Amino acid sequence: MDPKHWIRRKERLSVYEVAFWLAALILPYALFPTYLSLASQIAVTAAFCISLDLILGYAGIISLGHAAFFGIGAYAAGILSARGWGEPVSGLIFAGIITGLVGWVVSFMIVRVHHLALLMITLGLGFLTVELANSFYWLTGGSDGLQGIDTWPLLGIWKFSFWGYTSYAYALAVCFLVFLFSRMLVRSPFGLTLETIRENPVRTTALGAPNRAHLQKIFVISAVIAGIAGAVLAQTTEAVSTEAPSFQRSADIAIMLILGGTGRLYGAILGAVIFMVARDQLADMNPQYWYFWIGLLLMVVVLFLPRGILGGLEILAAKVRRK
Amino acid sequence: MSQLLAVLFDGVAYGMLLFLLSIGLSVTQGMMNFTNLAHGAFAMLGAYVTLFMVQSLGVNFLLTLPFAFIVTAAVAAVFEITLFRRLYNAGELNQVLFTIGLVFTASAIAAYVFGSVNQSVALPAYLTGYVEFAGAKLPSYRIFLVIIAVFLTIAVVWALEFTRFGAMVRASVDNQRVARGLGLNVNRIFALTFALGSGLAGLGGALAIDILSLDPSFGFHILVPVLIVVAVGGLGSIWGSFVAAACLGLFDVAGKYFIPELGAFLIYLFMVVLLFLRPGGLFGKR
Repeated sequence: MDPKHWIRRKERLSVYEVAFWLAALILPYALFPTYLSLASQIAVTAAFCISLDLILGYAGIISLGHAAFFGIGAYAAGILSARGWGEPVSGLIFAGIITGLVGWVVSFMIVRVHHLALLMITLGLGFLTVELANSFYWLTGGSDGLQGIDTWPLLGIWKFSFWGYTSYAYALAVCFLVFLFSRMLVRSPFGLTLETIRENPVRTTALGAPNRAHLQKIFVISAVIAGIAGAVLAQTTEAVSTEAPSFQRSADIAIMLILGGTGRLYGAILGAVIFMVARDQLADMNPQYWYFWIGLLLMVVVLFLPRGILGGLEILAAKVRRK
Repeated sequence: MSQLLAVLFDGVAYGMLLFLLSIGLSVTQGMMNFTNLAHGAFAMLGAYVTLFMVQSLGVNFLLTLPFAFIVTAAVAAVFEITLFRRLYNAGELNQVLFTIGLVFTASAIAAYVFGSVNQSVALPAYLTGYVEFAGAKLPSYRIFLVIIAVFLTIAVVWALEFTRFGAMVRASVDNQRVARGLGLNVNRIFALTFALGSGLAGLGGALAIDILSLDPSFGFHILVPVLIVVAVGGLGSIWGSFVAAACLGLFDVAGKYFIPELGAFLIYLFMVVLLFLRPGGLFGKR
């Protein structure tokens, strides 16, 4: 088959995908209007999870501190708003630019190291961000959280209300755009090269692909998306705390991604939905027992479903088809 | 001056404690290339063994230490044989997530069995006092820690460098296929090494109760400093871990004492910069 034709065919949205996104838009408003603030948090988390999937699932860069970018984006948008400019869309762009710059600087470190050093550098950067947010009290509000965020109406028309009608539409729109962009990216020749680098870096070098430059590019893109997700959370909840860049969030997002399945974008979304809904439903549970089940689930998924729920379903579907 | 000496000694003793906790991880991680975040959970197990024996059975603290080592080593051996072994070739992310899942579960179980309160353990009288040195009061327990750490370092280096078992371990690590071809039972050697390394973590955990205090999140709290020690010291290098642990202990205690608002920040910054310049750590072979 002609390669251009093949790539173009992979880029087309299927009927199921259209149905999924229409359902994501309509169902929460129609069936769960009291859960819209949860739904918008899920949309934010899904966008964040996609950003991790881009570097982890596609490019094979493991990060234990990706929430640092989420947090930086959240603080950037939050501080901008607290200092008197609460226009949401320009706030997103501002947060994206800031995280992109930070991500660009960090990317030079990330592509240089592997294995334990990579884990420790990403972990350390996450802790550094938390410590910085704690120390710069005058800017971030430290451990008290950032005060005085006021988000102006979206596009000057729709107000952000307590019930979250606008919030969900806004968060879902951002999540959808992030998804569309990522989908286009991973199905482009650039995305396919990333997967090849993940599988066999020596070979891509032999083929003339600039490994490090490619990895840096995807890392910056991922950082920008994570920052935008953080900014949406800051704008819709009108609050930012040091919890935004915390290790907890980095770990949670990796768990969601593994649960759903890496390297397939929808795995990130599915993982975010399952994790967030489960946590909301089990909120009365003692957090220690919540972590007991999460821990057990992680071990089971790693041992028996190494490609996540979606990967497992794919294998099942292939078996059924063969029969 | 005497105050400075006391602070510095505190730092060294804390560093030695970190070294005791990380020496096992340095060996297993460096040798088997298995990213084991559950190391902290094994340390916690050893700590709870000691706590249980002292509090419920009334055994002398010193006599519980061998049991902290043995029980942890035995449990670790079972885990290695049944679970971890499957993950040696499973990729880093799977190792990280599996072992962190184990930490989550272990900490929940500890909370269920022992409650989520802070626990401490009664030390024998001769370990609770002070020793006067150059006008500074040095706690006996910390002196005891330093002695044990130095003794264990020598023992581990000797075991790895100068014994037949150590030679077998090094051979299995350097080239598994050749080692197998020469008739070494590589699986058993790895299981033993893993058990011994985790046993040392258990011992470190038991010794850490008095300094860090014990609660179900112990496994998480020590994980980060322990990983820093192993990564900065260089994988598989005992002396590297020793130096890194001593430096980290000094930095941490002195930093908290002299510049409390920047202490933790400087440590992370130092680690990130150092790993950027030398991804293999200070004394890493690779």
